[in-house]
Amino acid sequence: MSGPRVFTPAARVGGYERVTGLQQYVADIPLPDVLQAKLVHLDVARARIISIDTRAALAVPGVRLVMTAADLPQPVPRFGPQFNDRPVLAVGETKYHGEPVAAVAAETKDAAEEAARLVKVEYQELPAVFTIAAALAPDAPLVQDPALRANDPLAGTNVLREHRYGWGDVDAAAASADIVIEHSYTFPMVTHFAIEPHAFMAAPDGDGVAVWSSIQHPYLLQKIMARVLGLPLAKVRVFAPDPGGAFGGKQNPKYEPLVAFMALRTGRPVRLVLTLEETFQAVRRTTTEYHVRTGFHADGTIAFQDIRGDYLLGAYADIADRVTGKASYVACGPYLVPAARIVSRAILSHTTPATAFRGFGNPQHNWAVESNLDEGARALRIDRLELRLRNLPRRGEVFIPGDTPADGEWAETVRRAADLIGWGEPLPPGRGRGIAVGMKSGPTTGLSYSTVRLLADGSVVVYAGTSDMGQGARTIFAQIAAEELGAPLERVSVVSGDTAVVPYDQQTSASRSSVLMGNAVLRACREIQAKLRAMAARLYGLDESAIVVDRGVVHLPDRELPIGEVLRPGLGRLGGELIGNGESRKEDEPDHPLGGSAAFFEFNCTAIEAEVDEGTGEIVVVRHATVSDVGKALNPLQVTGQDEGAAIMGLGHTLMEHIILDETGRIRNLGAIDYRIPTSKDLPLEMVSAMVENEDGPGPYGVKGMSEGALLCVAPAVAAAVREATGAVIRDLPLTPERVWRALQERDQERHAEAARAEPAPAEVPS
Amino acid sequence: MTDTLAIELTVNGRRRAVDVAVHHTLLDVLRDDLELTGTKECCVVGECGACTIVVDGRAMNSCLMLAVEVDGAEITTVEGLAAEGRLSRLQEAFLETGAAQCGFCIPGQLMAAQALLATNPRPTIADVHEGLAGCLCRCAGYGQITDAVLAAAGAAER
Repeated sequence: MSGPRVFTPAARVGGYERVTGLQQYVADIPLPDVLQAKLVHLDVARARIISIDTRAALAVPGVRLVMTAADLPQPVPRFGPQFNDRPVLAVGETKYHGEPVAAVAAETKDAAEEAARLVKVEYQELPAVFTIAAALAPDAPLVQDPALRANDPLAGTNVLREHRYGWGDVDAAAASADIVIEHSYTFPMVTHFAIEPHAFMAAPDGDGVAVWSSIQHPYLLQKIMARVLGLPLAKVRVFAPDPGGAFGGKQNPKYEPLVAFMALRTGRPVRLVLTLEETFQAVRRTTTEYHVRTGFHADGTIAFQDIRGDYLLGAYADIADRVTGKASYVACGPYLVPAARIVSRAILSHTTPATAFRGFGNPQHNWAVESNLDEGARALRIDRLELRLRNLPRRGEVFIPGDTPADGEWAETVRRAADLIGWGEPLPPGRGRGIAVGMKSGPTTGLSYSTVRLLADGSVVVYAGTSDMGQGARTIFAQIAAEELGAPLERVSVVSGDTAVVPYDQQTSASRSSVLMGNAVLRACREIQAKLRAMAARLYGLDESAIVVDRGVVHLPDRELPIGEVLRPGLGRLGGELIGNGESRKEDEPDHPLGGSAAFFEFNCTAIEAEVDEGTGEIVVVRHATVSDVGKALNPLQVTGQDEGAAIMGLGHTLMEHIILDETGRIRNLGAIDYRIPTSKDLPLEMVSAMVENEDGPGPYGVKGMSEGALLCVAPAVAAAVREATGAVIRDLPLTPERVWRALQERDQERHAEAARAEPAPAEVPS
Repeated sequence: MTDTLAIELTVNGRRRAVDVAVHHTLLDVLRDDLELTGTKECCVVGECGACTIVVDGRAMNSCLMLAVEVDGAEITTVEGLAAEGRLSRLQEAFLETGAAQCGFCIPGQLMAAQALLATNPRPTIADVHEGLAGCLCRCAGYGQITDAVLAAAGAAER
């Protein structure tokens, strides 16, 4: 037997395809007779559609269809992961810049593009709202038709939902607090920018339909397609090839229903590949304004948190109300807070529909609440690391009443990150350090099935419906099956991405797959092990209770055999195979505010050392340490890849990324030239990714989810380092050179004014 | 009617004669006419690097070149890196370091690295960062990609 197949940097399943160009993403899959589709949209955010003239477009040679809302079933079907509010095509009016009003299908891309330009849309621009303030104004135009929000008391406003959580008595706690710190923090509009633009195909498939999509949740897509098209689930086959990056932006259906209607109308396969610009107009992160009022006792312990969070959604809810509710629920962070009041609002606007984005709403409140803790530490003259350690729960301690207790040695993670940047050691002049903690609740419900087949020659096929979008899910499942069934990794195949073949999986999100699908794969393997036990009992005339099968080995009372040596004689001359099924559930809890407690928490601590060019405002991240509590790394190479990748993505929204809208709601920096994400030249001078492994997670061998943690608290750690290095105070992201430079000017003005007053400074610490 | 021109070029060592639409980019022709879909399309404005290929020894954004410009040129795409199914040292290094995550940017990264190593066989970290700066990776596997290029060049570590 070779060594273990888990806890090793096993080669990525699909790696060979990725380095040879053989990996087929949706845009690469050849389909005979495929028509090319192109969307038609207006150069305006909100407009009333007066008329659509398709004649010139239809006259372009090769054009087979110009579809408008009038060509769809009436009323036009609406869909969404949480609310059925998004129409297949804009109905009556567009609600955001880039919303499609029509779509062309033609024999060639050239013909489709030409025809799309020739669709004449007469429209009238309408008043619209693009900011939280504008959306909340008393006379604000309503984004959603109140008729779509029956029995909703908020239907006459742009507030889609208001979420209220809390415990303890905040007002009483405020009376006993020694100091109260209150500030507002904003988080910008940013977009996912997966390098693969979203792509979709659909084709008639017998008496049903086949759909290809770069989607994270193929089974949700199947369900939505079945409902929109009036088909049984069994007649909707979804192919979900590995997405070329997703980050939450590809969780939910977007244009698949449109493409399916086009395919059914033409009787031909139809392919729609978005441009990068159209992708920007399809998905983004929720924008937030957080107002945080934190009370502290003189010893640095938190007395209360009083938090208001406004999340700016787009024109359709997508999953962004859930983002608002789920994230703000843990807005107090991983701390022991005796009294808390949290009010968050999901607010609609005439902008790109916001959706899930790595971190699922948590980086927004982490930015605010962690920064506010630093303010408290500064006012109390307590070390910022020490203040955090004083408030962290120990493992097993309840910190959100009614939810999962602290599930890790969190202080260990924090100390480790601090040590990695030499916290407390003398700093060179002009340098500063920051430390911040990020915490996110994992999935609150879950359901994953897996089937595993142990074939006659001892090789293994694993069926698992997780989307492998770069996190390396298939590699993890292969490692688990190889370990349990004693097969070398190169003799294990993992099949995913086809709802007609692979059993149901709820979704690929919330860093759940190693835990939830991992457990399903493990249980499927255990079922095969049970069959092997029965087989061995029969072969050797033993009682089953005398036999143990684990980790690829059959343990008999007097000897150990590799699984294959039992399998071959056990299967007999006809051969065949052993099949195991595994199911992994995280049941819902109807009385829980989120519908379920956390399956696990993602916990990260990020520590930064930075310096600032005072002439330009440019930040140089000198050291970036990220430490995540991963339970156990099934594949350390992949864990590091996810951790560093999340950290650098966090540097994006911290330092440079923000979508800028003009006064008419159009995206001004639409595309790769004007919207910047980190390149190889924007990296920290030194990046250290480390992990805490106490085998205390709910997944196989003690693993936890970990793919989002390192992104959660980059911003507060960097801003704190800038503050210490320069004294500049910034509460709005991103920390662009211009913004930092302006903060430095304000700092100087303040210092001059202080010097001019020439009075003794008032004591900051209450006696 | 679309104007076309007949061009001849060598792609991955093979002579190809193709009638190309005069307004089509080299990327269009590689993906749609020659069915070499390993080269990826993302931004189409020369900023993301997903479409990077090697043209006459230089890394180029194939989305910024018209196909008619490469008449007579020698082109290598990601499909041309492995010889008879055997991965090149660079490709192997990308697998060993875990550089390929979602994989969508990887063909471009590989081709940029290929061109870099051809002119600078012993690059420093800064050389690699500079040489591959035009290739965005949203999985942000820059550390792993850099390690891979250095490993392929025979350097010890980043």
